Amino acid sequence: MWEQIRANRIRSVALMIFMAALLLALGYVLGLYFFDSAVGGLIIAAIVWGFMALISYFQGDSILLSMAKARKIGPDDAPRLYNVVEEMKIASGLPKMPDIYIIDDPAPNAFATGRNPEKASLAVTTGLLQRCNRDELQGVVAHEIGHIKNRDILFMIIAGVMLGSIVILAWYASRFMIFGGLASGGRRSSSKDGGGAGQIIILVVGLVLMILAPIVAQLIYFAMSRKREYLADASSALYTRYPEGLASALEKISAAPQALKSANQATAPMYIINPLHKEGRAATDLTSTHPPISERVRILRAMAGGVAYADYEHAYEEIRKGKSLLSKAAVASVGAMGIREASADSGTVDPIAEKAARSREASDLVLKMNQYRTVDCDCGARWKIPPGFKGDNIQCTRCGRNLKV
Amino acid sequence: MIALWVILGIVVILIIWVIGAYNGLVGFRNLVKNAWAQIDVQLKRRYDLIPNLVETVKGYAKHERETFELVTKARNLAQQSSGAGAAERGKVEGELTQALGRLLVVAEAYPELKANQNFLALQEELTSTENKISFSRQYYNDSVLKYNNKIQMFPSNVIAGMFSFKQGEFFEVNVPEQKEAPKVQFT
Repeated sequence: MWEQIRANRIRSVALMIFMAALLLALGYVLGLYFFDSAVGGLIIAAIVWGFMALISYFQGDSILLSMAKARKIGPDDAPRLYNVVEEMKIASGLPKMPDIYIIDDPAPNAFATGRNPEKASLAVTTGLLQRCNRDELQGVVAHEIGHIKNRDILFMIIAGVMLGSIVILAWYASRFMIFGGLASGGRRSSSKDGGGAGQIIILVVGLVLMILAPIVAQLIYFAMSRKREYLADASSALYTRYPEGLASALEKISAAPQALKSANQATAPMYIINPLHKEGRAATDLTSTHPPISERVRILRAMAGGVAYADYEHAYEEIRKGKSLLSKAAVASVGAMGIREASADSGTVDPIAEKAARSREASDLVLKMNQYRTVDCDCGARWKIPPGFKGDNIQCTRCGRNLKV
Repeated sequence: MIALWVILGIVVILIIWVIGAYNGLVGFRNLVKNAWAQIDVQLKRRYDLIPNLVETVKGYAKHERETFELVTKARNLAQQSSGAGAAERGKVEGELTQALGRLLVVAEAYPELKANQNFLALQEELTSTENKISFSRQYYNDSVLKYNNKIQMFPSNVIAGMFSFKQGEFFEVNVPEQKEAPKVQFT
């Protein structure tokens, strides 16, 4: 069932080798240009990459989580979220329960991190918890667990670091070239004999690489990222047996007006939808980490027959006009899997209740500013006491209990 | 001399393949076993939740003795047959699921019960446990499918026959009317 991961892995490794070659080529040419020795440049490129890779391999998840201002929760802090994650952990056969984090932010979003399925973390925003019903939350969590299970995070860390190294090298090299060139009127070693045409060629190749390498690397990175988003969507449908959950969650997330405060360029690819860009860009946008949401939703909704990878592949080909996501061998091995019905649960969020909750939040805030006090009753009602109130007790009109003020 | 080497080579390759295929089958069998253990954990969790739930509902709905007895009986029966095979267990668990569904429908008629924090927490736990049961069942059945495919397909079926690997049993919860977890709607 998880054979498609192998096909995908081969493709990713090929792209990554290409990126590494790009990095080394950049190092090589820059080495020739600055130190007259290709080896020196290669060593610098390797050191930059190795250093960043080590840090992000061992510290990447904690850096990311602290950048996102996420706090860890246990089973009692958010029972529904914890339960949903545990359900999806079981459905996906993940060996260990991932750590769960909450980000206090009204913008609905989620991401997963961690270098392998044994040591993974999953973070969701409070906005997501407020907006989504159980099925939608399940779809989102399953998408993130799909990332963990498909080992996307490790790939994206390595690829991201490689991209970062290329960008850094190119940036510093271009600064050295410009300022070094201005200061001394040419390269230090230009007085050496045997320069001439060879030097100019290196200079030109170096310039071209410096400009093109970051762009090409970025395009590769984005292409890998987009592919993996689709794959995680397919996994989500498979684990939940209910593609509509993720589809409607994606719609809700993209319809939310807020932008995630704690996200930036570096962390953007990790989220379930791009926290920076707004929807409405071209469908084939090469410079986006995420596929357009409308397309992801259309594919999920086109999965009429079932939830196996074959069904997702079928829907994908239909929507994206003949393009293919998974290899034939990968999708052929599984039997038919039907879609389940929607679960009718107590935590359903409907638009009217959501609106009421929003306006109640606002009025609570106004009352608080006017020094009203609040008393919570065991029956769930909340009483607001005006500042001039003299008595010690009030009676809850809903359940009749006497409450201390 | 060369022929001898060739034969020896073929034998060595064959032995390596047999070892690999055998280990592969053992891996799949353990996957199935592990998946079954997951279901077991969730079913046990449901047995533990039920007495609590019945007690909570009893506090508000005193006249529904019949339903309580039905649920308790189904629970005890399911717990007793927890050593049985997948097919037998699927049947009794199906009955328990049905009885629980009825209990939750009963609870619906008592608005005060629905406002009880304890009941709401129990209900979340139960919903989640039902989900976990169905997801672990889903994973178990997927694993069994993979394992059975391996046993039936050539050439690994030869090894399976030699070392008598038995096919895994699918776990189906047989509820007469409803196949999924009971539908609970409190809003």
